[in-house]
Amino acid sequence: MSDTGIGARVVRKEDNRFLTGRGKYCDDINLANQTYAYFVRSPHAHAKIVKINAKKAEKSPGVVAVLTGADLAEDGLGGLICGWSINNKDGSPMKAGAHPALATDKVRHVGDHVAVVIGESLAEARAGAELVDVKYKELDAVVEVGKARKRGMPRVHDEIAKNTCYEWAIGEKDATDKAFAKADHVTKLNITNNRLVANPMEPRVALGSYEPAEEHFTLYTTSQNPHVARLILSAFIGMAPENKLRVIAPDVGGGFGSKIFVYAEETVCLWASKRIGGRPVKWTSDRSEAFLCDAHGRDHETTAELALDKDGKILGLRAHTTANMGAYLSTFASAVPTYLYATLLSGQYNIANIYAEVDAVYTHTAPVDAYRGAGRPEACFVVERLLEVAARETGVDPAELRRRNFVREFPHQTPVIMCYDTGDFDASLDMAMEMADYKGFEDRRKKAARQGKLRGIGFSNYIEACGIAPSAAVGSLGAGVGLWESAEVRVNPVGTVEVLTGSHSHGQGHETTFAQLVSDRLGIPLEQVSIVHGDTDKVQMGMGTYGSRSGAVGMTAISKAIDKVEAKARKIASHLMEASESDVEFSGGNFTVKGTDKSLAFGEVALAAYVAHNMPEDTEPGLKEGAFHDPSNFTFPAGCHICEVEIDAETGVTKIVKWTAVDDFGKIINPMIVEGQVHGGIAQGVGQALTEACIYDPDSGQLITGSFMDYCMPRADDLPSYDLGFTETACPSNPLGVKGCGEAGAIAAPAAVINAVTDALGTEDISMPATPNKVWNAIQANAKQAAE
Amino acid sequence: MENFDYHRPAKLADAEKIIAKQKEGVLMSGGMTLLPTMKQGLAAPSDVVDLSGLGNVGIKVMKTKVTIKAGTTHAEVAKSGDLKKAIPALAVLAGEIGDPHVRHKGTLGGSIANNDPAADYPAALMALDATIITNKRAIAADKFFKGLFETSLRRGEIVTAVDFPIPEKAGYAKFANPASRYAIVGVFVANHGKAVRVGVTGAGPGVFRQKAMERVLAKDFSADAVAGIATKVDDLNEDMHASAEYRAHLVGVMAKRALKAAK
Repeated sequence: MSDTGIGARVVRKEDNRFLTGRGKYCDDINLANQTYAYFVRSPHAHAKIVKINAKKAEKSPGVVAVLTGADLAEDGLGGLICGWSINNKDGSPMKAGAHPALATDKVRHVGDHVAVVIGESLAEARAGAELVDVKYKELDAVVEVGKARKRGMPRVHDEIAKNTCYEWAIGEKDATDKAFAKADHVTKLNITNNRLVANPMEPRVALGSYEPAEEHFTLYTTSQNPHVARLILSAFIGMAPENKLRVIAPDVGGGFGSKIFVYAEETVCLWASKRIGGRPVKWTSDRSEAFLCDAHGRDHETTAELALDKDGKILGLRAHTTANMGAYLSTFASAVPTYLYATLLSGQYNIANIYAEVDAVYTHTAPVDAYRGAGRPEACFVVERLLEVAARETGVDPAELRRRNFVREFPHQTPVIMCYDTGDFDASLDMAMEMADYKGFEDRRKKAARQGKLRGIGFSNYIEACGIAPSAAVGSLGAGVGLWESAEVRVNPVGTVEVLTGSHSHGQGHETTFAQLVSDRLGIPLEQVSIVHGDTDKVQMGMGTYGSRSGAVGMTAISKAIDKVEAKARKIASHLMEASESDVEFSGGNFTVKGTDKSLAFGEVALAAYVAHNMPEDTEPGLKEGAFHDPSNFTFPAGCHICEVEIDAETGVTKIVKWTAVDDFGKIINPMIVEGQVHGGIAQGVGQALTEACIYDPDSGQLITGSFMDYCMPRADDLPSYDLGFTETACPSNPLGVKGCGEAGAIAAPAAVINAVTDALGTEDISMPATPNKVWNAIQANAKQAAE
Repeated sequence: MENFDYHRPAKLADAEKIIAKQKEGVLMSGGMTLLPTMKQGLAAPSDVVDLSGLGNVGIKVMKTKVTIKAGTTHAEVAKSGDLKKAIPALAVLAGEIGDPHVRHKGTLGGSIANNDPAADYPAALMALDATIITNKRAIAADKFFKGLFETSLRRGEIVTAVDFPIPEKAGYAKFANPASRYAIVGVFVANHGKAVRVGVTGAGPGVFRQKAMERVLAKDFSADAVAGIATKVDDLNEDMHASAEYRAHLVGVMAKRALKAAK
């Protein structure tokens, strides 16, 4: 292994600019003659818009224009779309309510977009917005996922009965019911998967610019997938043909899924620039707007059951989930609680019969869509809570019950679409138990008890599916796009390399990891490799970064392009060295002829390709190759996380005292970056389990947790130092053998924490986030029960 | 944020004159509450009179009392070697306020004049039987705090210093809101020899004294003494982070911990 190649702990190249404040984010970009947008947002969860009077606002100093949904409709622009169509159990398609970028008839959640004021300055735009007089007729709202389908609830979309977007199912109902009928033991749980706000450090930005002479639009935006944004804005919303629309996503400060989507603000800023004659229009979200309008995550209510025989073998799993979509379907919302959730309900286990029903509902809340893990954390939580509780109920050690049911033969076809390609679940469990000193736990528990602390331990043996693929399969399940990736490897005349990738980095470290691959393959120093991404005018069509896909899919496309570069370079080198191609070897950046001292460096061959003075016959000058990669399967990262907690019985405060994570991500390119991804993922998972809750007032529909004063992000002092370990089964569906690592921590962590908390408390009755108050309540209830 | 006129007088007399003239004006010390409030559009003063130019900073430890000038930041209070000897619990309290940014901008005078029901200082002032010195008069802590963001300060009255009697022993324990890190419950206990005082912040709509605890602690100033002394639930705050029952319970736990920590 070279010190910059595959497997090396290379310090992130991009951090130099990020850590010295020299990153270039959207808000750093200012265009000549720029104006500022300020959105008039609904103060109500549900109301009819009776009248919008903008006369005063239009006369306010510095106001350039006030635009409403009527103006948008007048220009014939389409509404925002959901790119994945889900079918109901009866085969009929889901019901997607209209989603205008600016509301026309009704507002459907607090923060819904009503009008936009364009000003010479932000202050003037905001002052103007305060003068826009919107007359509302307030209506009753429903915000709770569990209530949306109930009788008498107000409808979010007038035409959609019972607020139901779809009623979907997967698996064999009858077979599963039969398996349950034979069971010796059934474990049943009611589970709430709490609603979360993504909260990337950088809020969203849209800077739209229209050039009238060329009829050309440019959008700078905080996107995880600028090409998909262009496709949607062009083909569905009807902004402009693709060749007249450039989307640039420069440095982006975190996304966690919330920046996959095409939102109202991007659409409106781009359109407004044309509407006002071509002056650029800029909007930068403030934190309050981010809480109100960024797509939220999770928000499921689930009833789940696990059927076991007398030996602890799992016979079947049944689940019914109601998933909150919010007021409108966001870009990929419909896929999250279906194909990204229920397809993972087999966990690491051999379960012959699975049946799951998912009802997706509209409520008067912000749209809900993918958030780090997207469906898989919810699935892992269901499976791993069921396993843990079943172990407790049947008196079997939780590790042993898991072991009795592990999948050990691969490929393994689950009853819920997924076909696991490889894995070694015993290996990660063994290693994690050893590292966590599982044997010594009971002693630690006793010791803690002597200090008035309740100590608990919890497992989470997660499996997830990332690099969603292949395109034909996702297309057959309703996806509106394919899920391949593209790359172009451009070798310059002196042998330096630019990689143009359709993946997008917003914290993942692609500029380092991808460069390591090139350095490893072409034998050139890391400094001679640049990664170009995030600009539809520079990079060929690509699909962006989400779902832990950029290693397995994005890098494989790069690898395939490198194969082509290498093949052409070999041909040229052979010609120059007057040897047959089969006698030429390439290693360490040099082409050599076997058994001779003839040698050409990669850079020399590149130069020869560009001066083209002496080329093989039928060979074009230059050295630049592209590739598209459509994987044959998902990748299936899996592992075992063990969380150990101590609860202060007096206050209900849970402290995580030990965290062991053993992950199988296949081949690892940069262990330091992978460890960072695991750390961040666990932090977000712990946030979900212990601190984070997005709460709407059930009566008024107002967002209660609208700032960091109430929405509790996990902080450094909430988290332990992690003990990380890695096992490796190479992924067979890509030549690099890599799997995804970006979401694993967030998927595994919540179940590990809650399993540990419930172990410590001796009760299963606690919902996420397990705040000190809730834990204390549980302790009080236990004490009361013991006294009775 | 709306536009406003900004003043930063160098003399107290100038500050008094400006604030007397400007009906919609406000006084600002560290600005740690005022500025966010203005940014959110919840306050729109015509004039802001910034008191940081007065240089009214310093901690003076005397035989029986400590005087801290109103413009002294929390960080300065937290790190004062003299104070750590005289009233260590007060230095501990200041070191736990907000975050490092807040502690280096926020001041004693600003905090108590704002009287946030979850602020830390009011608990200490009540328990230590402090006297608030203004440009007009001296006010006992018991008379100063009037509940939710209310004090007995009159318009234009400026806090200049606080006198803290040095107790035999004092301790502070706080249960911080996990999100905001304000006190959900903060309890300051002080043994003055003749009397014991217990100040509670965060739990109710304003700082209050837990007199049932004071009575038992006067006889036995120990953690064991407060076991079983309940706090009335009815008067306490309730929000998504903590129910009134939980807050009442935490008053007991924090009192015990403050007593254990008392020096």
